[in-house]
Amino acid sequence: MKRLICFAAVLMVAVLAGCAERGAQSDAQPGAKPAGGNAAPVAVSIDNFTFKPDVVTIPAGGKITWTNRDDVPHTIKSNDGSFTSAALDTDQTYTRVFAAPGEYAYFCSIHPHMTARVIVK
Amino acid sequence: MSDRIDRDISNDGIDRRGFLKCMAWVGTGVVWSLSSGGVLTSRAFGEPAPASEAQATASFVQISDSHVGFAKEPNKDVIATFNRAVEKINALPRQPDVLLHTGDLTHLAKAEEFDAVAQILKGAKAGQNFFVPGEHDVFTDEGKLYLERFGRGTRGLGWHSFDLRGVHFVGLVNVANLQPGGLGTLGPEQLNWLKEDLRGVASSTPLVVYAHVPLWMVYPKWGWGTADSEAALALMRRFAAVTVLNGHIHQVLQKTEGNITFHTARSTAFPQPEPGKAESPGPIKNVAADRLRSMLGLTRVDYVEKDHMLAVVDSTLE
Repeated sequence: MKRLICFAAVLMVAVLAGCAERGAQSDAQPGAKPAGGNAAPVAVSIDNFTFKPDVVTIPAGGKITWTNRDDVPHTIKSNDGSFTSAALDTDQTYTRVFAAPGEYAYFCSIHPHMTARVIVK
Repeated sequence: MSDRIDRDISNDGIDRRGFLKCMAWVGTGVVWSLSSGGVLTSRAFGEPAPASEAQATASFVQISDSHVGFAKEPNKDVIATFNRAVEKINALPRQPDVLLHTGDLTHLAKAEEFDAVAQILKGAKAGQNFFVPGEHDVFTDEGKLYLERFGRGTRGLGWHSFDLRGVHFVGLVNVANLQPGGLGTLGPEQLNWLKEDLRGVASSTPLVVYAHVPLWMVYPKWGWGTADSEAALALMRRFAAVTVLNGHIHQVLQKTEGNITFHTARSTAFPQPEPGKAESPGPIKNVAADRLRSMLGLTRVDYVEKDHMLAVVDSTLE
């Protein structure tokens, strides 16, 4: 139940943030199509030593927010070393904007059997 | 309680009189002992000690995975259980020559966590302390704090060797630069060092090799193994008796492969599930408070020069 409320709250914030951003954008550039960067972050949870979902596709400029739901710390580290989060303890988050299209494979540097991908189109 | 298992031993010309003999899980602990004849026997911890323990020429203890900084279920006070392990060490009839900590000293590699570990170990009565890091000790800063506090005089990210009372000890590091896919790695630089290190050691010398992640494939799906361990083990096969001690998986498991005995230690902080018996390798949470200490522990190893015997004794923190 707690998690459901949490999820609802996150959804609400995300929707509101999305509205606010779109509002701001349309003020500046009336009629412009919202770019990916202005969309709400896509959520990836870390649960039971698994990135969920393990493959996420977002538009260029899109954001991903990872949230650690486990009782042990995890990290988000790209296979090529181009980005690494700090250690995320329980319920801590890490957000990253993906500006350039491409495929970004990543893993947890503490539990490297945990692997996943971000696809930016 | 006693189990007897006959073992075939390869006739490889190695001069050895003893083998790992005994294994059993008896809830409160287990004694492994080596003797001639190739028969495995076991006894529950707490039963009368075999003569070998009194005759040991070297005695040492292994503790592991103290995870100082962890404060969730099933153990919100890992300092207390770590201190309990130190009490158990201090209560041993014979002061150990060496205390080995096989990694994950800390949970998040923070300075205050390392300081707490050092403080607790100041109270341990042992000849000398040696450490190898776990991934939790090095993942935030590539081992800088760990090396400053616990790795002085070592090489790379903390590998080292020393001799004591006729036993050659080698501490290996398999948590540096972990790659996606899961397993621990030793790396070519460390393997070259190991080759050089062992070059001058006589094959009759007992080897005790310790590293954080198991040097055998316990359960690759959870990362419980070391990708290039075979290259290290190949260098050890000529030795009459090799004991490999690991941590990382927070439970006692053992295996014998020819002259090499593999053994993993319990954590002093929290238990982890048996390989594949849970959705993930996370802590076992639903542990009754009065049962927790029976799932944590330490390991003692005695070496008897006369019989070339290494006896491994696991005990819990009860």
